[in-house]
Amino acid sequence: MKYATEFRDPKAAKAVLAAIARTADAIGATREKPVHIMEICGGHTHAIFRYGLDKLVHEGVEFIHGPGCPVCVLPMSRVDECVEIAERPGVILTTFGDAMRVPGTKRSLLQAKAAGADIRMVYSPLDALELARRNPDREVVFFGLGFETTTPSTALSIQQAAREGLTNFSVFCNHITVPEPIKALLDDPDMLLDGFIGPGHVSMVIGTHPYDFIARDYGKPIAVAGFEPLDLLQSVLMVLRQIAEGRAEVENQYARVVPEHGNPVSLAAIEDVYERRPSFEWRGLGEIDASGLRIREKYRAFDAEEKFGIGYGAGPRQVAEPEGCACGAAMTGRIKPTACPQFGRGCTPEMPLGALMVSSEGACAAYWQYGGARAAAE
Amino acid sequence: MCLGIPGRIIAITDATRLMAMAEVSGVRREVNVACIADGPLEGLIGEWALIHVGFAMSRIDADEAEKTLEALRDLGEAQEALEAMAEGQRALEANP
Repeated sequence: MKYATEFRDPKAAKAVLAAIARTADAIGATREKPVHIMEICGGHTHAIFRYGLDKLVHEGVEFIHGPGCPVCVLPMSRVDECVEIAERPGVILTTFGDAMRVPGTKRSLLQAKAAGADIRMVYSPLDALELARRNPDREVVFFGLGFETTTPSTALSIQQAAREGLTNFSVFCNHITVPEPIKALLDDPDMLLDGFIGPGHVSMVIGTHPYDFIARDYGKPIAVAGFEPLDLLQSVLMVLRQIAEGRAEVENQYARVVPEHGNPVSLAAIEDVYERRPSFEWRGLGEIDASGLRIREKYRAFDAEEKFGIGYGAGPRQVAEPEGCACGAAMTGRIKPTACPQFGRGCTPEMPLGALMVSSEGACAAYWQYGGARAAAE
Repeated sequence: MCLGIPGRIIAITDATRLMAMAEVSGVRREVNVACIADGPLEGLIGEWALIHVGFAMSRIDADEAEKTLEALRDLGEAQEALEAMAEGQRALEANP
């Protein structure tokens, strides 16, 4: 794979780890008094555990796992609404595989499928579009989910459906944005973060400037990073060096993919199709102002919430988490996943109770898959 | 969810819908190239792009990749120099 081996070179990793250790020592970071660095993106959480980076770095560096896993922050009420759409007669509900096992208050999409709903996993919203073309007598709904990385793909699909005049295609929109929850976390007095690893693929869409407020208003360093082990280690070093030198800037470690101003075509498609909701509910974080997107009036024919009369404003909303589930505390870094009483007992990747155990990008699933299961057994 | 994987554009399959064939780790898949189409579509053939859920989202910039790798190589050389210095110090302090 292009630029995989180069960014997995063990010899280079050793040199970066040594530089991390020197810098961590210079700023006085210790196991008891560590530097807290939040990797915002769930893909980064997964890579950190996959390569054991949390164990390889200097003991004075502690990773805090951020809210950047879309299925993990999806509230149960939205899963319920999605199941409700899927169970309508004539509907083919299409979704990314990640969302299948997310628990709702009654059932997950997987359980709804087992009970007879026509739910199909797709790789791309373009597959949903093709299903709509091939099944003109069925209503094809795409479960639109994800951060700015994924938002352009559903926006471009809706534009394509409009150009073709498809009337049996719609999107149940749950797209969310990265900067707003980061601001909410920074405003939380309980949160002790010293710096951030910025999400690489979100940034290839939005660029690096939407993070300026983190450095300017909160005085925290951030380095936008790629997904290979050397990318992550180099970005940790960039954050530590900023701390050591008393700087707070937005740096771009992943310049091979992330342009400073993002991708103009993606940004234009998002702007054309979506507008901000006044607020959106995040599991574990509550309602966050202007953090979610909805489909604009001019594309309302493709809005599943409009088409099926479901969603925000359609009825009373219930904010709930399963009993004993500590996903909220784990998501804000207040507890480690292994400190949750349900971890590995009432909650495993096979039978998830909370959302952080569902996706491989969730912190709990990463702990479980890469050593957490051992820790729980000890 | 935000997983992306490098792929190489090998042919344009439907110019109207901005679709192209991409090769990703030896597997071929049709992808939408709207986000990277800033000139004639044929110019994309042979280019590397980051592929996400069926869309080529961003071109991979070889010059920028080289700069990042260069910074890593510098760290490696610095590390070797530091190790040599430490070795020299130990030699000076060693009692025969």
